[in-house]
Amino acid sequence: VENVRLLDRLSSRKATLGTLYLTATHVIFVENGSETRKETWVLHSQISSIEKQATTATGCPLLIRCKNFQVIQLVIPQERDCHDVYISLIRLTRPVKYEELYCFSFNPKLDKEEREQGWKLVDLNEEYNRMGVPNNYWQTSDVNREYGVCDSYPTEVYVPKSATAHIIVGSSKFRSRRRFPALSYYCKDNNASICRSSQPLSGFSARCLEDEQMLQAIRKANPGSDFVYVVDTRPKLNAMANRAAGKGYENEDNYSNIKFQFIGIENIHVMRNSLQKMLEVCELKSPSMSDFLWGLENSGWLKHIKAIMDAGIFIAKAVAEEGVSVLVHCSDGWDRTAQVCSVASLLLDPYYRTMKGFMVLIEKDWVSFGHKFNHRYGNLDGDPKEISPVIDQFIECVWQLMEQFPCAFEFNERFLIHIQHHIYSCQFGNFLCNSQKERRELKIQERTYSLWAHLWKNRADYLNPLYRPDHSQTQGTLRPQMAPCNFLYKFWSGMYNRFEKGLHPRQSVTDYLMAVKEETQQLEEELEVLRERLANLQKSQLNDNKVKTKQHDRSKQFGLSTSNNSLANTPQEYSNDLKSFPSRSPSQGDEEDSALILTQDNLKSSDPDLSANSDQESGVEDLSCRSPSGGGCLPSEDSGKDSDEAVFLAV
Amino acid sequence: MLRSSQPLTGPNRKRCHEDEILLRTVLDEEERGFIIDTRSAQAAKQARMTGGGTEPKSSYPQWKRLHRPLERGRPLQESFVKLVEACNDTSLNMDRWLSRLESCRWLSHVKAALSTACLAAQCMDREEASVLVHGAEGMDTTLLVTALAQVILDPSCRTLVGFQGLLEREWIEAGHPFHLRCSRSAYSHARLKQEAPLFLLFLDCVWQLSRQFPFSLEFSERLLLTLFDNAYASAYGTFLCNNEKERCLCKVKENTHSLWAWLNQPGERKKYLNPLYSHNTLVIWPSVEPQSIQLWQGLFFRWIRSSQYLDEAWAEIQQLIEGN
Repeated sequence: VENVRLLDRLSSRKATLGTLYLTATHVIFVENGSETRKETWVLHSQISSIEKQATTATGCPLLIRCKNFQVIQLVIPQERDCHDVYISLIRLTRPVKYEELYCFSFNPKLDKEEREQGWKLVDLNEEYNRMGVPNNYWQTSDVNREYGVCDSYPTEVYVPKSATAHIIVGSSKFRSRRRFPALSYYCKDNNASICRSSQPLSGFSARCLEDEQMLQAIRKANPGSDFVYVVDTRPKLNAMANRAAGKGYENEDNYSNIKFQFIGIENIHVMRNSLQKMLEVCELKSPSMSDFLWGLENSGWLKHIKAIMDAGIFIAKAVAEEGVSVLVHCSDGWDRTAQVCSVASLLLDPYYRTMKGFMVLIEKDWVSFGHKFNHRYGNLDGDPKEISPVIDQFIECVWQLMEQFPCAFEFNERFLIHIQHHIYSCQFGNFLCNSQKERRELKIQERTYSLWAHLWKNRADYLNPLYRPDHSQTQGTLRPQMAPCNFLYKFWSGMYNRFEKGLHPRQSVTDYLMAVKEETQQLEEELEVLRERLANLQKSQLNDNKVKTKQHDRSKQFGLSTSNNSLANTPQEYSNDLKSFPSRSPSQGDEEDSALILTQDNLKSSDPDLSANSDQESGVEDLSCRSPSGGGCLPSEDSGKDSDEAVFLAV
Repeated sequence: MLRSSQPLTGPNRKRCHEDEILLRTVLDEEERGFIIDTRSAQAAKQARMTGGGTEPKSSYPQWKRLHRPLERGRPLQESFVKLVEACNDTSLNMDRWLSRLESCRWLSHVKAALSTACLAAQCMDREEASVLVHGAEGMDTTLLVTALAQVILDPSCRTLVGFQGLLEREWIEAGHPFHLRCSRSAYSHARLKQEAPLFLLFLDCVWQLSRQFPFSLEFSERLLLTLFDNAYASAYGTFLCNNEKERCLCKVKENTHSLWAWLNQPGERKKYLNPLYSHNTLVIWPSVEPQSIQLWQGLFFRWIRSSQYLDEAWAEIQQLIEGN
């Protein structure tokens, strides 16, 4: 459709004219205008809702809201065209089959082996070994090898040594969705562990011997403690209400040596509404400070984030400080349980704060343990009541921690934002379906590519320059301040206002420091080479002197002149050793070699190209941006200039 | 950019020939100027009853008057006191923190101050027009606006030395009554009539700029905190008294040491430098959307939470840059 206008979010007076394209996988808006022809690409999977607004004199407005919080406002001249686009988009954004998704047609031009290697990057077996299992207390069980016991669990689970197959099967029958207690994290320093499950089907008075034995087995697997915590992450009222439906929670009287704890985190419906309300605040035009703060509080969003964090802190403390094992569950054990277990693991183990470790963490606690990606993030058209920003909340918890502990994480904010983006984009196969079983049935690994490999390849973009593995902040357990700490939770405008460039600091400190770090490294390498060269020169000079002295003595004896230097080493040709500057990491283009970056002129944009998506920045000239093909960085000559300012002359 | 106090128009709409000539000479023939009055139109009108007022359009035809009300005096001090109370309130849970923060209105004042300063800067930089700023007395919100506008517009005001010069010029010499305004601060029960944290509001706005433009200010947050401390209680005479006249009478220069002299010693100075600084010749236009304005944790939570991890981060940044 031609002559479509794309309105600027913040100042609706600014509109760009262009052409709108709909393809099988994307919505594309291409600006008219000879020079730039800037393109805005949006994957259908990213589209959360489409709103056709009332036709005005200027045309028919269409509002597209995305799951990565981009909001695109188009004005289509003809009402009929607008309607057609609307209907098409409705259909395109509600795929019925997995094969309709972009990951099945996405082609990054890698061969079969590279694709396979990409999937092997994260290996959970390696991870469990790294933790220290199997060992005297924990073993693998193959009881679920055909998904015969629990179809939302992985085939490989770790259970306490004393948990026989009989106990596991028995326990699974007493748990919602058969999600029996299994190992999430093992702390080898003190044998304490974090286990996860779903709620017991205890109703008001039902008991299950095997389930009770299962908990005992968990306790016995930690000889250093005589009880286990059972943490129910639901509000007490909800958990009690579940009893009427034949489910519920563990009765301390029935299970020997447990200490039961409720940590109230609200359910998926509350969270969905909370996000909705917060996004409404973000969409306010020129809100006052009052509107914003009230709106944010009303949404309850930060309160929920804090609740998840507090639960993670409780569990981390139990493990690290008390040396007590914890069993965590919610209702079905795939939402709040996943959030809380992964936050706790992150606090406990510095490995998960590295880039690789974080990918492993998500693979373990979210992907392998059957978090329902399809239902929660709408891969396919489904029940809107299943949609909820569960992993978004976890990712935000990580960001909040990064703000409190700037040196503790190997990765930066951009890493988190890109992961969130791709959970919804369906460009890679990692986050499809609802369980490992479904993914294997669909042969995801043979037909799609892994996000982890893609991120790993570009890892230079995702590094935190302040991270040092030997820094005090990166050692051991992270201990966020407990109270008072309300103020520590900030609104994440980098995520929820991601595409509103006018709101963010225009100069990325992260990128600048990374550039500084790299340059220093290269200079140090060059220094090393020069030092070696100097040492060699000095050595050869020494030999030369020795020879001279010998000769001199001889000459003293024989009276011969020793000014002949032909016996000294002539300086070697060192130019072969000192090649051109050590090449940069593969993710950066050649343009950056010429100007060793120290000025802000050559900063990368804070939102580099997501492959297959063109640069999504709105026309802010001061940020250098990547070309659509995902190639090198083009330093913009205009960078560093002041860009658009907000309109201060209030109407 | 000019600053003054309000014209004494009074209820009888007095005129002053000299004042009109003065303002007329500032502008060229066809030029337009803006008057930014930091009182609401209502308040400015009411000021006439007590002898004050505004510049009537007919007498000052080339000047367009804009009203941007900024809080001052008692209500501003209350805002400050409430904020400090809220920050100290350990019983507050997340449910009500934001609304409590909002009810203090401090962040709204920051937003308003930044917006008005940006307006003044915009008039000068974009409209290329001269600007006259005044409120009632010309000693509080006026100085807030003119000083902030210069930080926004002028890169030399963003250097360590330039910023000190700005403070001397726009706050100290301009006659901000420090002795009256920065008297007891937020914990005192004595709610003095003349006390108001305009200077703190200015420092907060500068901090917001430093957050939005991390490379553009030569000085660090530490300087701002030090200035805040010294405005209220100081071993130096720089912030003493209420104006130059009083400082002369008290022989401040003869009897005390200058804060600037101490700060600028090579050993001290480096503590106040921003390791990320890179001279930026351009105007820095901040975003005044609510998401862009944050609570100045370094000041308001200074004694409540440890800054250890953030300090370590700055040390890392310092090391990275020095290592280079």
